[in-house]
Amino acid sequence: MSGALILLAFVLAAHSAIGQTSEPDKPVPILSGSIGTFSFITGGQNLIDTQINPVLLVPLGDNWLVESRAEFEGQFQRPQGGGPYQGPVTKHIDYAQLDYIANPYVTITLGRFLTPFGIFNERLYPVWIRFLQPDPLILPINTAPSDGAMFRGGFSVSPNANMNYALYASTTSIGIGSVDSERHVGGRVGFFFPGPRLEVGGSWQRTLQDDRKNAFGFHMGWQPSKLPLSVRSEFAHSFEGSGYWVESAYRMSQVHFWRKAMRRTELVGRAQQFFVGAIGADAEAALGLPSANAREADFGVNYFFRDGMKGIVSYGRQFSSAGNFNQWSFGLAYRFLIPLGRVAAPQESQ
Amino acid sequence: MRRLTFTVLFAFAFASAVFAGGPSANKDASVTPVAHATDAETMRIEGEKRFHANCGRCHAAPQKFPPRIMATVLRHMRVRALVTAEDQRYILFYMTQ
Repeated sequence: MSGALILLAFVLAAHSAIGQTSEPDKPVPILSGSIGTFSFITGGQNLIDTQINPVLLVPLGDNWLVESRAEFEGQFQRPQGGGPYQGPVTKHIDYAQLDYIANPYVTITLGRFLTPFGIFNERLYPVWIRFLQPDPLILPINTAPSDGAMFRGGFSVSPNANMNYALYASTTSIGIGSVDSERHVGGRVGFFFPGPRLEVGGSWQRTLQDDRKNAFGFHMGWQPSKLPLSVRSEFAHSFEGSGYWVESAYRMSQVHFWRKAMRRTELVGRAQQFFVGAIGADAEAALGLPSANAREADFGVNYFFRDGMKGIVSYGRQFSSAGNFNQWSFGLAYRFLIPLGRVAAPQESQ
Repeated sequence: MRRLTFTVLFAFAFASAVFAGGPSANKDASVTPVAHATDAETMRIEGEKRFHANCGRCHAAPQKFPPRIMATVLRHMRVRALVTAEDQRYILFYMTQ
């Protein structure tokens, strides 16, 4: 099924590319995405993680967009008794959706989409975007993929504020394998104030299966205009667990020595805490959540070799009743972008 | 409960389509001129401001790409990052100058 979807997307891309007009700013299908290779040393155990996340974007007409992201990931470790690195290579489709921009206030999405609970899952997940490569502890909370329909939009409510929202309903499955979805409804609303560059918002989700529990969360982001600083945070509460993270990144472009190198250097840090829920340690672990209450602090440096390519190094320590441990991360993240059609209009290319 | 949920969602979509659909409802941002801007320089300055305010919320500033690529990227960001239609037009103008 997922193969058929990818094939369909490429057929649409080809159709869209062939059908281009000579308008110089007519959107062209593109293949974008990220590649990352990382070494995560957790409690002395090294995990080599290599992943490719292609994103296919196919604009159709003036108001339609087909978009899809897949993930191919290999995670390799030495076995306990020694020996060569080995491990699973997994693949799945993160989203495969059809968007219709109905008007300035509403976009309708159908298909598999990233669940808009908080902001990390939808906007900050790609390896070339995230400040620190290790996932926040609360990321698995209510971010299972959604298969269904969503209405969303962003618009200005005053000269000083934009509002954005997302309302969605997910069925059990639309047949895309490899990742389980679940029945739920939910929504997210946020306000962005362009003056102070401050964004705040909240999320809600109700599971429509098993225990039919509610979950909620809050998020914020702030980029002061006078400092190359970015601060963002999320809080989530559900029956699976609750917690928060706060992270910041400071681009050292205002440092007055080694300016060329400093302009490319970013200092990052994150503090986070997780509280176990009511589902038991085994279920927590199965979801990718810590099996005990945990606190963690991470610090790191990102160096941007060029646009879309950065080297990362970070150190973190987790404190938990299940055991304390260090976590080192090293690696490279790269964002690529390949047009799948003619980039210049015919009259421009002559 | 499920029937009620879908009824509410579709009623919302229908109402939005009927009552909110202005002249720009069926126009792609990449081909719609910005009526408020008096000249290209004003649009460029406003576009740069909105570019830093919107795009910097998630990631470092990317390089500029050809207009056809930028038009696709910004349509993607319109959906993904909920960039407003107006911001999309200004940023596209700035990023393609």
